[in-house]
Amino acid sequence: MKKYIGKRLLQLIPVLLGITFLSFAMMRLAGSDTVTEMYGDKGAVSQQIIDAKRAELGLDRPFLVQYGSWLKGLLTGDMGVSYVSGKNVFQTFVSKLPATLLLTALSIVATVVISIPLGILAAVKHDRFTDYFLRVFSFVGNSLPNFFVALLLMQLFSIKWKLLPVISKGTTVQSAILPTLTLAIAMSAKYMRQVRATVLEELNKDYVLGAKARGVRGSVTLWKSVLKSAMLTIVTLLALSIGSLLGGTAIIESIFMWDGVGKLAVDSITMRDYPMIQAYVVWMAIIYVMVNLITDILYHVLDPRIRLGVQEG
Amino acid sequence: MSEVTVRKQKLRKSTVKMRLIIFGTLAVLLVVCSFFSAYLTPYDPYLQNLDIAKQAPSAQHLLGTDRYGRDMLSRVIAGSRASIFSTLLLVAIITALGTAVGVTCGWVGGWVDTVLMRISDVFLAFPGLVFALAVAGSLGGGLQNAIIALAAISWPKYARIARSQTLAQKETQWMKAVRLSGSGTGKIILKHILPNILGPILVTSMLDIGTMMMELAALSFLGLGAKPPIPEWGSMMSDTRSLMTTSPWITFSPGIAIFLSVMIFNLLGDTIRDYADPKSRR
Amino acid sequence: MEELLRYEHVDISYLGVPTVRDVSFTLAPGEILGIVGESGSGKSTLIKAAMGLLGAEGCVTRGDIWYKGKNLPDLPQKELRKLCGPELGYIFQSAGSSFCPIRTVGAQLYETMREHERISKADFEARAMEMLQKLGFENGKRILESYPFELSGGMQQRIGIAAAMLLKPSVLFADEPTSALDVTIQKQVVEEMLLVRKTFGTAVVLVAHNLGVIGAMADRVLVLKDGEAVEYGKTQEVLTNPQADYTKALLAAVPKLRR
Repeated sequence: MKKYIGKRLLQLIPVLLGITFLSFAMMRLAGSDTVTEMYGDKGAVSQQIIDAKRAELGLDRPFLVQYGSWLKGLLTGDMGVSYVSGKNVFQTFVSKLPATLLLTALSIVATVVISIPLGILAAVKHDRFTDYFLRVFSFVGNSLPNFFVALLLMQLFSIKWKLLPVISKGTTVQSAILPTLTLAIAMSAKYMRQVRATVLEELNKDYVLGAKARGVRGSVTLWKSVLKSAMLTIVTLLALSIGSLLGGTAIIESIFMWDGVGKLAVDSITMRDYPMIQAYVVWMAIIYVMVNLITDILYHVLDPRIRLGVQEG
Repeated sequence: MSEVTVRKQKLRKSTVKMRLIIFGTLAVLLVVCSFFSAYLTPYDPYLQNLDIAKQAPSAQHLLGTDRYGRDMLSRVIAGSRASIFSTLLLVAIITALGTAVGVTCGWVGGWVDTVLMRISDVFLAFPGLVFALAVAGSLGGGLQNAIIALAAISWPKYARIARSQTLAQKETQWMKAVRLSGSGTGKIILKHILPNILGPILVTSMLDIGTMMMELAALSFLGLGAKPPIPEWGSMMSDTRSLMTTSPWITFSPGIAIFLSVMIFNLLGDTIRDYADPKSRR
Repeated sequence: MEELLRYEHVDISYLGVPTVRDVSFTLAPGEILGIVGESGSGKSTLIKAAMGLLGAEGCVTRGDIWYKGKNLPDLPQKELRKLCGPELGYIFQSAGSSFCPIRTVGAQLYETMREHERISKADFEARAMEMLQKLGFENGKRILESYPFELSGGMQQRIGIAAAMLLKPSVLFADEPTSALDVTIQKQVVEEMLLVRKTFGTAVVLVAHNLGVIGAMADRVLVLKDGEAVEYGKTQEVLTNPQADYTKALLAAVPKLRR
């Protein structure tokens, strides 16, 4: 088991390097750096001064060297200084992270609460009316862009019915409802289908028929055997959903003015604050990779077949 | 013969073919509409008429007018060109690129395979829109860059599918015979492998059209995609957000357009998948 | 001698396609009936119908299956369930996969028992161990604590028999119980099933495509071809003096080993 974890962590390193490299390269691709930002708008500044400043900041060194030192900075928590606010990028980022994590956590809980029971229901009653009804719902949810849902909810709940605040007043629960709902709807539409498919696949397995032949009630088989088997897959799928969740928070936070890293990212992009964008990209990727890794390991730990080693009969 | 019970079995007829025709037609109509959008607009989408600005939907203007008095229906139809076309282009690029990489990996194997797969792993490591946001942002926005950004993060999925399909094909007895027959590699790939792996890849493509459309619209909504004056549904929605409270039809019409288009493509994609799945056919 | 089970002019369709046509037979208490035929002849379908295991795609479109005065295909689900286990048992071709892979054998057997009677864990263990012992298992406790995949193929098959016998049903349906096994293990399973009949007086409907197994176990034989019964009679008679051409062909196809 430890060997497996170790192996996976090792495989992580090239991916992490790739992530950081790509993010770094991307910013340089933009053709902009601190110096351009500093002097770019200010009209005629002599090339000499620009070059001198460049040398001072170490921006005239070869690409890989710059990458190396940036990476080193990354590891020590120094990700440079914001072009816009002049403040430490890392600190700014970390200060906004809890808000995003809160929203993410709430959305995941909401999604689980909605999707899992409904997905199971749809699978059990498959090809009957309930199933079709739920599938239509899930389909519609999948076809609605999340920013559309956000605006729709805003229009209904905040403006028309005046139940909830239009934009966030700090990170209160009230302010969190609409963004959470928006994210949950999009996630649930997709996830519910996956839960349904997983449970359905499990229900078609031989042992379900075997239990029936032994006179075990369908409901008992469902709860004690089918769901237990399906749970592993369901949890793994949830981890995959988190990926799109992390991407979706940017837009939603922006629309609802939820002060998290997503909004920070969108603002930074609008204002060309490259160090901040860089930080956002790198951190999101790392978090995502970590979540996948943990899920993978958990999956291996929990599946007794893998834990005990399958023997060929 | 003694009295023996007779029971009828409940059978449900397969609706796949019918659905294929319906949704296929709708999708084709959609694409044709977007292509000929210039000729289909009831009014000139750019014609401003401040006298009739911000009118609610009526008989003359089915979707109302916007803040400059332009007919919303015409704007939406005009926007279909950018929205639908770019999506189809995007999906085509991703499919072609991903398949090319995947087939190469599967066929050649060795270090080429490892390297390319590691690279695709890196791209896969970025959650959804995050990377696209950054790339589009750093490239400065614009529809072209948005397409590039989304293509950059989406090709790995196709590479994976193409690769595993190629590997599976490589191992079949039949493939081994073909290789022994001495045909050139290029010919083998084109004539034998591609036709067999295209099925699942095309199904995935079809299913992705909806998602890609939404992601393009999302980027445009954030200002990173199509820029004015190009009418595009996503950017139309964000431009008119401030009017949402007073004239919701201006903001929501493009949204509904996105919704309907995505839905049609999703339905078509689902139907194609059902069609290709032997279990659901009889 | 009263009959336990009676199939009367049974037609079965799968997704609208007739798979079994006009099959009739009876089963007496303690009798072993062999149903033999090639793949696709409808043998499994035939016995699955009795216990309602056909699934949504299958339907007994005509005919009756009588068991102790009840017409099985028309029984409401609740009542049929009560019969499955205590009165009717089923052994799957691949018994190992008829168990949930991530639960122990003991847990699943306990669940089976609890679905039909109130019984404490301790009592269950006692009865299960007793059954396992009677069926020739050596380390019953270890088996109960194992997961299905931890047991060998032959062991899984024998556990399948034990699970089906747990509540001492009057009729056992065995769907090709030996087909997936090596020859030596096949012998074990065959002996196991004869032991079951001897010890508990259970009647068995045995489906197989191996004539050797049928010959060794069955009292009577039903020969099935493309869903239709072509021959039905005492095993000895059918094997030595087959009436139908198909039966003759089947017998001729068995390679004979010279001593």
